[in-house]
Amino acid sequence: MLSRTAENLFWLARYVERAEYLARTIDATLRVTALPAAYVGKTNEWDSALLTAGVGASFYDQYDEANEQNVVEYLSFSPANPSSIRNCIEAARLNSRSVRTALTSEMWDTINSAWIELQAAWSKGTANREELAKFLRFVQETSLRFDGSAYRTMLRNDAYWFSRLGLHLERADNTARILDVKYHVLLPEEEHVGGPLDYYQWTSILRSVSALTAYHWVYRETLKPWLIADLLILNDTLPRSLASCYSNLVRNLDEIGVAYGRQGASQRHARGVRNRLEHSHMDDIFQHGVHEFIQEFIADNSRLGEIITKQYLI
Amino acid sequence: MAVAFDEMSGLGDDLRPAYQELSRWLKETPPDALEYRRQEAELLFRRIGITFAVYGDAEAQERLIPFDVIPRIMSAMEWSLLEKGLKQRVLALNIFLKDIYHGRDILRANVIPEDLIFQNPVFRPEMNGQDVPHDVYVHIAGIDIIRTDPENFIVLEDNARTPSGVSYMLENREIMMRLFPDLFARHRVAPVERYPDELLAALRSVAPLSAAAEPTVALMTPGVYNSAYYEHSFLADKLGIELVEGRDLIVKNDEVFMRTTEGLKRVDVIYRRVDDDFLDPLTFRPDSALGVPGLMSAYAAGNITLANAVGTGISDDKAIYSYMPDIVKFYLSEEPILKNVQTWRCREPQDLAYVLDNLADLVVKEVHGSGGYGMLIGPAATKATIEAFRDKLKREPEGFIAQPTLALSTCPTCTEKGLAPRHVDLRPFVLTGSKHTTIVPGGLTRVALKEGSLVVNSSQGGGTKDTWILSE
Repeated sequence: MLSRTAENLFWLARYVERAEYLARTIDATLRVTALPAAYVGKTNEWDSALLTAGVGASFYDQYDEANEQNVVEYLSFSPANPSSIRNCIEAARLNSRSVRTALTSEMWDTINSAWIELQAAWSKGTANREELAKFLRFVQETSLRFDGSAYRTMLRNDAYWFSRLGLHLERADNTARILDVKYHVLLPEEEHVGGPLDYYQWTSILRSVSALTAYHWVYRETLKPWLIADLLILNDTLPRSLASCYSNLVRNLDEIGVAYGRQGASQRHARGVRNRLEHSHMDDIFQHGVHEFIQEFIADNSRLGEIITKQYLI
Repeated sequence: MAVAFDEMSGLGDDLRPAYQELSRWLKETPPDALEYRRQEAELLFRRIGITFAVYGDAEAQERLIPFDVIPRIMSAMEWSLLEKGLKQRVLALNIFLKDIYHGRDILRANVIPEDLIFQNPVFRPEMNGQDVPHDVYVHIAGIDIIRTDPENFIVLEDNARTPSGVSYMLENREIMMRLFPDLFARHRVAPVERYPDELLAALRSVAPLSAAAEPTVALMTPGVYNSAYYEHSFLADKLGIELVEGRDLIVKNDEVFMRTTEGLKRVDVIYRRVDDDFLDPLTFRPDSALGVPGLMSAYAAGNITLANAVGTGISDDKAIYSYMPDIVKFYLSEEPILKNVQTWRCREPQDLAYVLDNLADLVVKEVHGSGGYGMLIGPAATKATIEAFRDKLKREPEGFIAQPTLALSTCPTCTEKGLAPRHVDLRPFVLTGSKHTTIVPGGLTRVALKEGSLVVNSSQGGGTKDTWILSE
């Protein structure tokens, strides 16, 4: 297939995934900030929402204060924020238009309908929390529908695999960013049982990767920070864990390698990252330093994006 | 203006045979049922994303072409006459182009003045003496047809460069079949759905000699911001070929390749929807970012077929148009089946004088214009507009032709005040491959939705209709 088509499919999936992630982040932050101050502590949750979205610096070019109104606006609707939800959907639509021939009609319909709805219903942002909740649900549903229609309707060929690469690469990046911002809450300081404050921080993390229920099924325990870290980093059964993202990246890259009859740098690199995750234990990671581990992972992950681009997309 | 010929009711109240069933159906169907389906059709169009862009209109970057649900119907007999005429016309166009870029018999015979060719900006000296596979220049032609009476089909324009609109022909039919299955059941409508197959077959048949046994065809688009982008992606999808932009292509050793995820892949035939000027910055406009450097040298080397060929603009030039009846006679020694609209060539002093005296009654067009831009419709224009146009005309008479204001035929159309006659034209698509010329029965009917308006162009508020050719 055309390199440009593959590139568009790859980024299309990334944009949709990012939009959903932003919606989840806002949703989770709204929940935490709605709690009485005693449960929340002194950290500014809206600030950390900006950090997990990777736009901590650019936000302050536009605003003075990270409060609910400003951050929601910046993350959701701001045209000035290149990765606001609105811009993600706009970009997804533009990419879809460029590769319409590679999309199934269901996928196109999802993106195009979402774009139409965005113009029609949300052109001025949201007026109140109720509308905001509706908007966030709309974004998450769009992503689900897109993902589902890709899964159910696409031919299993390179078009599908490149789109999956975009999805998992973006997802890994998002999960890693949450961990990067919140890692300090997860540090097992000597038999720390966790006060109410930590408890809500932890649920918030799990919620933003839709893993709160999953946690209980996997561990059948009350929330423990090291188990949360284990779930998000090493547990292959959780779709948003780093380990799961990398099994998927490796699998899809292998499919491409087999179809094209040749493996390359991206297959090797992805396998390397996956092997490291497979052979890691939470204890070692904590000893080595969670923060360092995550930072390294983020660098490795974005390196994979560069390698894939060089190998296939240009 | 006199009452126009109506496709359904003729010149008076006689119901023309092809419309009998439709007329009965319209009487049985309550108006709100019609309105409901009209809305449904619009929703479908928007969801499928069948849009077009209007240049210079930032507000409405993507617009829907209004779709009218009342079909335009033709009998098998009418169609067979039209089809014969179209084949004759396109055959003549192809022979004419070969002649112009090779022997130039027609110039030596003084049928057409030389300067009309050589001083024409759309004449391509690069094509002099260059052979194209099977001598086909115009692989895809869109011939705009109008009627003013039941007997004659008149050509309004020959579109021999990159005619668009065929996606609407196909989508209109899909949507009509979805919304009006009952109406289809009462007619025997010739299908149009084989157009993409015919097009692909035609394109493959003209692959260069150096191509592989299974030639690779690609569709080249200027990109997502082009007004016809939807059509480009639609066709690429239906044909199952790659939709490429200039930046996807690269020329090496006079061969054309596309950049794929598996490396470079050779391309043999390009169905290009990019104008000549933008094809190759080394040959044509150096500022073109849409083109492929070296494409013309690969073309000259005979390693790539471009459809349509470079330089076909000379045959859809409106000044040349006025000579089409002579061109048909010269090459085919036959009487032209399709008529021309009477045309005054403003480059000729006598004609110019007549045109200047009668501006208020005439339609004046730029010889290189298209899309309904830059033309004057005398009867609909204000005095000031006419005077401004008069100055333009005097300054550069060779840039214009003039035609009488014709009462285009009308067809019943849904309007805010119920069904009413609106003026229509028809663009059938003529495909020419190595062996034969085919025309899918039908075409794109365009309709001027404003009462009394004669301008059917989508850029000027025109709409479209499904076109039905009934089988015997």
